[in-house]
Amino acid sequence: MWKWLHPYANPEVSYHFVGKLLPWISKITFVLLSIGIVWALAFAPADYQQGDSFRIFYVHVPTAILSMSIYIAMASAAFCSLVWQFRLADASAAAMAPVGAVITAIALFTGAAWGKPMWGTWWIWDARLTSELVLLFLYLGVIALHNAFEDKNLAGKAAGILSLVGVVNIPIIKYSVEWWNTLHQGATVSKMGAPSMSIDMFWPFVFSFLGIAMLITYVICIRFRTEILARNGMRPWVRALITAEGAK
Amino acid sequence: MQFDSISAFFDMGGYAFFVWLSYGVSTLLLAALVFASHSNHKKVKKKIAQRLQREKKLRKAAEKQSAKAEQASPKNSVVENRSKNTNEVIS
Repeated sequence: MWKWLHPYANPEVSYHFVGKLLPWISKITFVLLSIGIVWALAFAPADYQQGDSFRIFYVHVPTAILSMSIYIAMASAAFCSLVWQFRLADASAAAMAPVGAVITAIALFTGAAWGKPMWGTWWIWDARLTSELVLLFLYLGVIALHNAFEDKNLAGKAAGILSLVGVVNIPIIKYSVEWWNTLHQGATVSKMGAPSMSIDMFWPFVFSFLGIAMLITYVICIRFRTEILARNGMRPWVRALITAEGAK
Repeated sequence: MQFDSISAFFDMGGYAFFVWLSYGVSTLLLAALVFASHSNHKKVKKKIAQRLQREKKLRKAAEKQSAKAEQASPKNSVVENRSKNTNEVIS
């Protein structure tokens, strides 16, 4: 049953497969992101309490959700790499860490720029904000460990253990608004059942969320291919590929 | 369109600074990430290409040297050939 998946464990097959996907992913990203941004900035209604500052929502919430999703994906990849010594999983974990760090930084920054007009402060040491900041430091730690060793397998092991330990932070971020009294508002989109927002705010959110998710996929695919090349530089297929591209 | 005019659009109901700051910084960071990933990919490819070039040069130099040695003392040609072969295997 799993046999069709088997060839993709081969770095060469994966490299070319992802290469074929890239142009499509970039096109879809462009379409979704343009629709999402224009809709969010110009056509979505202003919030009746927060006015037009609510438009920050369409960047802040997708990046905040994705910062956690990327972390879970990275930790799962690290787990596969640690348990089954699956080399490509390691390469993908290394590809995801910097992307996650940038997305977390954006979530924190847009949160600050939204907090200033709404709460009157850029930053406050409350549970949600602090745990998200810890997430940023976890990403930075994983990146640092990936670059700390010459031997990529050893580096992957060290970084993998850190990312697995860091998983405890994810439920803390998710439920911080329920467990503690914080300034941060509760969940808007992911409430069970009907989302507690009007439909003409929901659709631009869906587009900007999917747009940013696709952009992240695009960047992770590029970095994944780079990791494959860097880790297999001595292999004949990489030599053939580089020689062929140099001749062009 | 939620705004009556272009200037109202840029004003963002008085929140212009915060809204445009958020969108601007986000765009900048994401663009930098995409750019850095692309250039990193190219850099790795270039590095591998450079290493291949260096290997080629070394191999050529080794061949030249062994050819010279062969000319100087044809008796040792068997040994020279063998060392050449091992060289190829190693590289």
